[in-house]
Amino acid sequence: MYAFEYLRAESLADAAKQLASKPDAKLLAGGHTLLPTMKLRLASPGALVDLGRVAELKGIDKSGNALVIGAMTTHAEAADSAVVKSSIPGLATLAGGIGDPHVRHRGTIGGSVANNDPSADYPAALMALDATIATNRREIKADAFFKGLFATALQDGEIITRISFPVPTKFAYAKFPNPASRYALVGVAVAQTAGAARVAVTGAGNNGVFRHAAMEAALGKAWSAAALNGIAADAKDMVSDIHGDAAYRAHLVGVMARRAVAAT
Amino acid sequence: MSSTGSATGIGAPVRRKEDQRFITGKGRYTDDINRPGQTYAAFVRSPHAHANIKRIDTTAALNRPGCIAVFTGEDIARDKVGALFCGWMITSKDGSPMKAGTHPVLALGKVRYVGDHVALVVAETPAQAKDAAEAVSVEYEPLPAVADLATAQSPGQPQVQADAPNNTVYQWHLGDKAAVEAAFAQARHVTKIHLTNNRLIPNAIEPRAAIAEYDSGQDSFTLYTTSQNPHVIRLCLSAFIGIAPEHKLRVIAPDVGGGFGSKIFLYAEETASIWAAKKVGRAIKWTAERSESFLADAHGRDHMTTAELAVDGNGRILAMRVKTKANLGAYLSTFASSVPTYLYAPLLSGQYAIPAIYCEVDGVYTNTAPVDAYRGAGRPEATFVVERLVEVAARQTGHDPAEFRRKNFIQSFPHQTPVIMTYDAGNYAACLDKALELADYRGLSLRKAASERKGLKRGIGFSAYIEACGIAPSQAVGSLGAGVGLWESAEVRVNPTGSVEVLTGSHSHGQGHETTFAQLVSQRLGIPIEQVTVVHGDTDKVQFGMGTYGSRSGAVGMTAVYKAIDKVVVKAKKVAGFVLEVPEESVDFDEGIFSSKATNKTLTFPEIALQAYIAHKFTGAQLEPGLKEGAFHDPTNFTFPSGVHVCEVEIDPDTGTTRIDRWTAVDDFGTVVNPMIVEGQVHGGVAQGVGQALLENAHYDKTTGQLVTASFMDYAMPHAHDLPSIQIAMSSTPCPSNPLGIKGCGEAGAIAAPAAVINAITDALGHEDIAMPATPQAVWRAAQKSPARLAAE
Repeated sequence: MYAFEYLRAESLADAAKQLASKPDAKLLAGGHTLLPTMKLRLASPGALVDLGRVAELKGIDKSGNALVIGAMTTHAEAADSAVVKSSIPGLATLAGGIGDPHVRHRGTIGGSVANNDPSADYPAALMALDATIATNRREIKADAFFKGLFATALQDGEIITRISFPVPTKFAYAKFPNPASRYALVGVAVAQTAGAARVAVTGAGNNGVFRHAAMEAALGKAWSAAALNGIAADAKDMVSDIHGDAAYRAHLVGVMARRAVAAT
Repeated sequence: MSSTGSATGIGAPVRRKEDQRFITGKGRYTDDINRPGQTYAAFVRSPHAHANIKRIDTTAALNRPGCIAVFTGEDIARDKVGALFCGWMITSKDGSPMKAGTHPVLALGKVRYVGDHVALVVAETPAQAKDAAEAVSVEYEPLPAVADLATAQSPGQPQVQADAPNNTVYQWHLGDKAAVEAAFAQARHVTKIHLTNNRLIPNAIEPRAAIAEYDSGQDSFTLYTTSQNPHVIRLCLSAFIGIAPEHKLRVIAPDVGGGFGSKIFLYAEETASIWAAKKVGRAIKWTAERSESFLADAHGRDHMTTAELAVDGNGRILAMRVKTKANLGAYLSTFASSVPTYLYAPLLSGQYAIPAIYCEVDGVYTNTAPVDAYRGAGRPEATFVVERLVEVAARQTGHDPAEFRRKNFIQSFPHQTPVIMTYDAGNYAACLDKALELADYRGLSLRKAASERKGLKRGIGFSAYIEACGIAPSQAVGSLGAGVGLWESAEVRVNPTGSVEVLTGSHSHGQGHETTFAQLVSQRLGIPIEQVTVVHGDTDKVQFGMGTYGSRSGAVGMTAVYKAIDKVVVKAKKVAGFVLEVPEESVDFDEGIFSSKATNKTLTFPEIALQAYIAHKFTGAQLEPGLKEGAFHDPTNFTFPSGVHVCEVEIDPDTGTTRIDRWTAVDDFGTVVNPMIVEGQVHGGVAQGVGQALLENAHYDKTTGQLVTASFMDYAMPHAHDLPSIQIAMSSTPCPSNPLGIKGCGEAGAIAAPAAVINAITDALGHEDIAMPATPQAVWRAAQKSPARLAAE
């Protein structure tokens, strides 16, 4: 790790101000990607603005027909939340399956979403649930937010404040973990709302999290695992690495999608 | 008298004495130690698998804040410091010596693997050392690399070591080739298989570390290091590297957090550090980062093998033929040459009466990290060959795999195999019977049907393993090329109040010697276990020792303690004779009490200890005061632990996930000193064996020689949820070659497990076409293939 300046934000406005005050400052949420990267000397921000004490970024609420989770909510808090469990139980399950207990007690939903790791779990849930990401400047729909590998619609100085999930009629997430890292080798989130079915895939696509149109169409007609029979992903769009080549991942997308639907 | 014999003696599940400090954070590992004025080392490592070093410019590094010194290979060469070396000479079948190559402590003109040591940087803080290391400018001329074992010996491949044409270290063989060929010619059936024994990275929890110190007042060196054998390290640094004579070099291996073989060897880091300590005049600490452990700890396994078994019309094995390529990396590590030769081929008879065996092994250089002993060292590789061969042969010849094994088991002992070893004791059928019962082999078909109803494939796999432990008779290993003897030493010091210090040349780095060695003393001397302290890991305290590896500490190390206790008892009886005023020959010693038929008086062990030191009851002419004895034990044979492990898996063909549903281990370790510790050893060994079978694989890019699995993000270690509950039972026959009857248990699980898992998976799949590690992807792909046994070749 190279030397850096540590700054602690006391409020959202303070965080924005501090972030703007240093040209190479980065926000520190749970730090579970950023800090290991810094330790390996692969990232060297000049300053970190710690969001850990910003009260406005915390908390889980039900607001109308939406579940609203503050950006600095840890995965463990989301997994254990009675509000999450009662409104979108599959989301609590997803949060409880991220990493290990250490990760879940430090890692945050805002950090995960902002980082948009192509193997992270939350981005698939946000896409499938048609969530809205609120920042200190605006609101962004999940479909417009995730823009490929580690890329998002966030602009310089923009800070995620909360995620709003319209409560669906059905939701589940099925993950096939990478044997080494336990990140998603393939993860599929499926959601049914009054109007439509949505399916989002993480871990597999060579351009990050994506929605699967054919599966959505099939599930829109009939919400059952059998409706997905014969539908996989296109191998040419899939990541290939030592843990799973494109054909295997394409196959697993189908398997995990059926298991997710079966779990709803 | 409190706890003796039954409560804390041999066979008692005594809680580990050392765990109090380990689980309360009071362990004292190398990195916990800090010396006055200590500096920190960082190594500049090669980013290339193979390159010439054109120029090293240290100017910028030396100008970085806190940088004290930068040393390169040329600095070390100028000091006439010796190179690293391999201590076991292997002779090729044509009579030529192995091509030992060059292994400079820091690179001289050339780097040969990613992570190779280019320069040592010393600075005031660890961060400053890293900063300065980054500022060392190295101009490389990259060369084509050879990282693929399959093709490394082909003509035209890049040469790793100049003295080894076609990257061949040796072409070694063992056994009677003509007899094997004759037997194959007569065979009714021949089973032929191709196996990969995947390359592993040891990953002890504690990374390697060292603190090197020079005392100019005494003109002496001290090295704290994460070693399994500090005396061997001292011997190497003195006799071969030339750092200092042994009496001027103290090596301390304090608490060590796991070794698995990887901490046997003398590495570049501690060697460069101890040399540099005198140059900078201050202590130097180096602690590996995990990334460095991946790149530069000695790796394990990495074989490619073709194996054949000749079987007659009655299902009896006639002969075995094995040809193996063993990847030894870019340099020969300390014992690398012996692992795929004398620690491998002599185990190819397994538990079976095989009339003829012939094995050829090519040792091969590649531009990868050195490969050396890792838990089991050669014996897991041999067991994988034998137990896969036997399993496939049974299936191909229509035999039940358990009964095929039973039919070919060695029945009487001693048994001379055709590959050096004389097995001294065992009862293989007894282990198998117990395993079949505990594994509920009869109920398998019902369980298979139940799995099938769920869309899953169930399979069972046996592994009837043998290993050679208690390493090793010195004369025998000397005749096979070893550069050292493999005896062990012990000293038993009785204090005047009757407490005891045991000094042993064995080294505990997770095995629990502080408990098990104390159990032996408690039982033999009839004193509470709390009155016994075990001292190890410091060359200034323990006179000499060969350390801990190859499951040798019980059979060899404890036997040395046993012999020293014998001498203590003889002396104590003499003291008792004077105190009881009876003839020495009439003194009995039992359960801590000295008595004699000639008197009603008795004395306890502490009373005798006091009498030995106050020396009031005898004159100096009659007896020397004091009670302290030492012994060296050189074993007369290897020990031969054996057993049967049974693995039952359930495969999800949709994802390729293998779930281990049941694991039964029936082991013959001879005498068990502490069943709780032994079960822990089985658990750990099985975990590592399952890791090899299902998950772990050190993957080098074949073209660039870059280590792809250079972190836990890509190198899959077994997690708790990957492992089943393990049912453990013992079926013991005592070892006849040591007085305690101990065989050893430290490696058994890692030796047995890979074949058990793969035999189970191939049973479930209905064909043999799967390699280790059987990852979900590999199993999914294999499950696409139609079940069909390999045709006999």
